[in-house]
Amino acid sequence: MNWKIPAGLLAVALAYPFIFRSNFAINFGVLVLFFALIGQAWNIAGGFGGQLSFGHAVFFGTGAYCSTVLQLKLGWNPWPGLVASAGAGALVGALIAALSFRFGLKGSYFALITLAFAEAFRILANAVEFTGGGLGLLIPLKRSAVNFQFAERIGFYYTILALTVLSIGIAIWLKCSRFGARLAAIRENEDAARALGIDSYREKVKVMALSGALCALGGTFYAQYYLYIDPTLAFGVDKSVEMLLVSMIGGTGTVYGPLIGSLLLALVGEGTRAVTDAQGLSLIIYGGLLILIIGFLPNGLVDLFKLRWRRKARA
Amino acid sequence: MDATILGAAVINGLLLGGSYALVAVGLTLIYGVLHIINFAHGSMLMLAMYGAYFLLMKAKIDPYVAIPLMVAVMFAAGYLLYRALIGRYSHGKDENILLITLGLSIVLENLALFFFKGDTQTITVAYSDRMIELGPALVPLPKLVSFVASLALCAALAWFIARTDTGRAIRAVAKERHGARLVGIDVEKIFAVSYGIGIACLGAAACLLIPSFYVSPSVGHLFVIVAFTIVVLGGMGSFVGALVGALIIGLTESLSGLFLGEALGQIGIPLIFILILLFRPTGIFNR
Repeated sequence: MNWKIPAGLLAVALAYPFIFRSNFAINFGVLVLFFALIGQAWNIAGGFGGQLSFGHAVFFGTGAYCSTVLQLKLGWNPWPGLVASAGAGALVGALIAALSFRFGLKGSYFALITLAFAEAFRILANAVEFTGGGLGLLIPLKRSAVNFQFAERIGFYYTILALTVLSIGIAIWLKCSRFGARLAAIRENEDAARALGIDSYREKVKVMALSGALCALGGTFYAQYYLYIDPTLAFGVDKSVEMLLVSMIGGTGTVYGPLIGSLLLALVGEGTRAVTDAQGLSLIIYGGLLILIIGFLPNGLVDLFKLRWRRKARA
Repeated sequence: MDATILGAAVINGLLLGGSYALVAVGLTLIYGVLHIINFAHGSMLMLAMYGAYFLLMKAKIDPYVAIPLMVAVMFAAGYLLYRALIGRYSHGKDENILLITLGLSIVLENLALFFFKGDTQTITVAYSDRMIELGPALVPLPKLVSFVASLALCAALAWFIARTDTGRAIRAVAKERHGARLVGIDVEKIFAVSYGIGIACLGAAACLLIPSFYVSPSVGHLFVIVAFTIVVLGGMGSFVGALVGALIIGLTESLSGLFLGEALGQIGIPLIFILILLFRPTGIFNR
């Protein structure tokens, strides 16, 4: 295991807010890390686990609503709320996976059923009372770190950094551990994996729970950062697609793919905003990139870096 | 529950289902022949609806008159799209083609957002507000026209598939593509033609929908889960299944709205989708 890359990246990330101090720069950093986190959560299921999902917003929204409802209706502090969210995300992930995999859904059909689950959750959040219905939930402003509402943006930055480091740590663990190896076996050839004695059903449920928990952490962070959540923001198709794009474009099944994808998407987003006010341009580029990646770089942009490193190593 | 309200809901549901039928038949045809899930179906419909909208606004062509034109344009668009993009990827992993069509739908939707802005557009034609009394229900004329025309076009398409040489070739490819190739059918061409026909259905559906509906860049979302639910319900690739499924889903939408209320009523469709995928993934008509 090469520790130079993660150590270097971590040093850069830790120093970033001291080098770029403006609110804009910190906000940019927060967004990159946030999308890297939820992209990594998607990647753990979709890349490492090989279970393509079109509805990961179901976990994101579960996390966002879990901590926010606990805070507003039962007076919980958001920090234990964050832990509860991870639990709720894991539970929903395990339930959806248990149902889908018990009935043998895979590939495109699994992708479609996750989409339907996210849609069902969105409609539920829209219809029931305690989620605030279509109006959503507004978290009252009370600035203090104890309350997950940092007076300075830098507090949010280091919080999301910690969560993203956790997600990358889990990805590294998946690369090295027996659990990750079992997942890789299932991904490449499920029948062969089962013949080797791997309980593929159990492993797939476990990886979905893990992915759901991480995604839910992102949901709680989102709700606390913007202090507002509504059914479409939480469970909408857009979130599911964003996670998928970050991971697919960066490189599925790789440790740093989601980080690269997220950085690229944030840069493209800011770049297009500088050029035009009209909406949609950045997503046109992402969609086009997705098609190109599937066609020409099935392992994502990470491959470009690997190629360069290999060339350097040879020289 | 008042019998008139229930009757009106049933009639409205059936009319709604009729307008879904063409969309679903196009999707099921593409699945049945190519074995790919066309996630871009909703955004192609959106594009066709903008087509019908601009034909009326810029060229003063009534949407119903525009049907042959839009069918031809959408057929060509589907054919070319298959040749240029989808055909190249459709024989690898089925997840890849799902992702390609997802990428396509992202691009199309945001192109529409970029050029036409996010506003919701509606059209008014002379017959937009005409109401027809149909038993207990008072239904807008365009919805009735849409229902009848949609079913008629489905029947015409069924005839085409059953009776013409191209239709026979399509069925042969759907059943056994290698065998079809052996007897001299140009399989790649049939794939492109089938994809074109599936998309052409959307051209007609768009013209029939637009007088009583609206168009916006995200309008396709409304139809994506609905169309997939219909197709899965009726059995992937089954024509009659899609037709009956469309009516069932229209009824479900209308009745669950009536009994569960506006907001919660929408849950009927994703719920049916989940249950069918879990318990009867071959559809309700297949054994």
